[in-house]
Amino acid sequence: MLKLGVPSKGRLMDKTFDWFGARGITLRKSGSDREYAGAVEGVDGIELVLLSAGEVPRELAAGRIHLGVTGSDLVREKLSLWDSQVQEVAPMGFGGADLIIAVPQSWVDVDTLDDLDAAAAAFRAVHGHRLRIATKYHRLVREFLKAQGVADYQLVDSQGATEGTVKNETAEAIADITSTGETLRANGLKILGDGLIHASQATLFRGRRAGWTKEQRATLKALEAMLDV
Amino acid sequence: MTQDAAAIAAETARLRQTFEGEGAAVVDADILLSADTLLDLYGEDIRARAYLTTDPFGGEMVLRPDFTVPVVEAHMRNHADPARYTYAGKVFRKQEDHPERAHEYAQVGFEVFDGHDPAGADAAVFAAIAKALDGLPVTPVTGDIGILMAAVQGLQTSDTRKAALMRHLWRPRKFRALLDRFGGRTEVPPSRVALLEQADPLAVVDQVVGKRSRDEIAARITALRADAATPPISDDEVALIDAILGLRETAPNVLSALRDIAVDLPAIAGAVQALSARLDALAARGVAVDALAFEGSYGRTSLEYYDGFVFGFAGDAPDIPPVATGGRYDALTARLGDGRAVPAVGGVIRPDLVLALRGDV
Repeated sequence: MLKLGVPSKGRLMDKTFDWFGARGITLRKSGSDREYAGAVEGVDGIELVLLSAGEVPRELAAGRIHLGVTGSDLVREKLSLWDSQVQEVAPMGFGGADLIIAVPQSWVDVDTLDDLDAAAAAFRAVHGHRLRIATKYHRLVREFLKAQGVADYQLVDSQGATEGTVKNETAEAIADITSTGETLRANGLKILGDGLIHASQATLFRGRRAGWTKEQRATLKALEAMLDV
Repeated sequence: MTQDAAAIAAETARLRQTFEGEGAAVVDADILLSADTLLDLYGEDIRARAYLTTDPFGGEMVLRPDFTVPVVEAHMRNHADPARYTYAGKVFRKQEDHPERAHEYAQVGFEVFDGHDPAGADAAVFAAIAKALDGLPVTPVTGDIGILMAAVQGLQTSDTRKAALMRHLWRPRKFRALLDRFGGRTEVPPSRVALLEQADPLAVVDQVVGKRSRDEIAARITALRADAATPPISDDEVALIDAILGLRETAPNVLSALRDIAVDLPAIAGAVQALSARLDALAARGVAVDALAFEGSYGRTSLEYYDGFVFGFAGDAPDIPPVATGGRYDALTARLGDGRAVPAVGGVIRPDLVLALRGDV
């Protein structure tokens, strides 16, 4: 059996079911709506595993599922050297959201990462602590800012309502997912011109972990033929 | 204890005895350190390179990624001068980009705090490490961050620009981008042009959101206006910096090249004189200075904030890290000593790599 991990609820699950359905593969939850078991029709040898999108990267890397649907941002955030652990099979064209860096609109002097870096140096000198950026995407943000040469910042963890942290003065800037930018504007924030860290979308991934059986490889081939990827 | 661990322990003891023979006192350091100091020094990047954890009362803690910080802190409490220390123990490094590399390994170190004779101290550390590695297939490489720092300080430009370059000295790509911008080689971003065209860009701002105040924003706009009025760093000066960074020769040839560069960039004369004195001190200790390699960019991407002499001993085997590294870190002692700086230089040897090079493991 080839285990396919799919988000267990919400829009992401519905869209995933639609995406496979349009390609002749029916995915559905079995039993009651509260039960996290599923069924696959239209291709043999695949078992559906319903789980949280945030757990898909880890389960793929560990080899407990063979294929999985999750956001490309989550794979990059949760796995070191992600493309050595999983492989993109197909971008799915939904669940699009941008991970961006945003600062207060009142910072009229800050529009680029260079500006942010200079502002961070001055901020630290004035306030005695590094400029705080609230986010839940620690790895992605850190690697991005390192590559772009931004220093004197500090990441503070924010698992929700991140846009509000600046007004509450628990952070000076944020790095968060946005699809329209409306919440940002409502909270007096603006996106840096070169502040796009990653354009995320729902993606079907394959785990690279060794030990696939001949049957599992054959099943993947059959599936890929049906998905036309 | 496995055979390997026993062999490493024996080699560790041998190396530490070598340094004790150089007059070093043995110091110890905690394995679990407060993360605050390291985060202050290295910023968030330390999280990619060291293991951080939290203590329910002590806040963020870190498994020591090296001994330098705790040894400097211990020295600042005792402040003997001059002082020599040696230590041995494991360090712990995350290897996010190189999972095949060791995550914990032993280091044996030798540190000299001596403000009276910096060239002599540099030579003492280098020679002690060379002696401890005697007979192994290793090649030393040296460099000097102090020369680059002096060159930046000597540029004909504003103090603000010099400070920006100094701040990014250890980030080669960003340093290059800044040099290109200050040299007028890259376009000014359109957002900057638009900002400076306005008489009062802050006039449209009713309310400032967050902790960064209106005064701070106004101060930066003033600084940006001043920067826009500053003439570009000349091509000649940028070429001199490039020449220093591109040096890759034997130490005596580098010294000669630097003396030529100093004619056009007199600000580096002191640093070049220091290099000359160091080479004399190394020669006096029997180091084969004529064949010693020198690289102008060496030591700019290491974890340490070296700011003078830097060196490494590469093993003559592919894909293994340097068996020994070290350098001078005067500025670090100033930051850890509340402004009380003590000139300091030191280096570490990895006993596991010594054994690998000797063919024992």
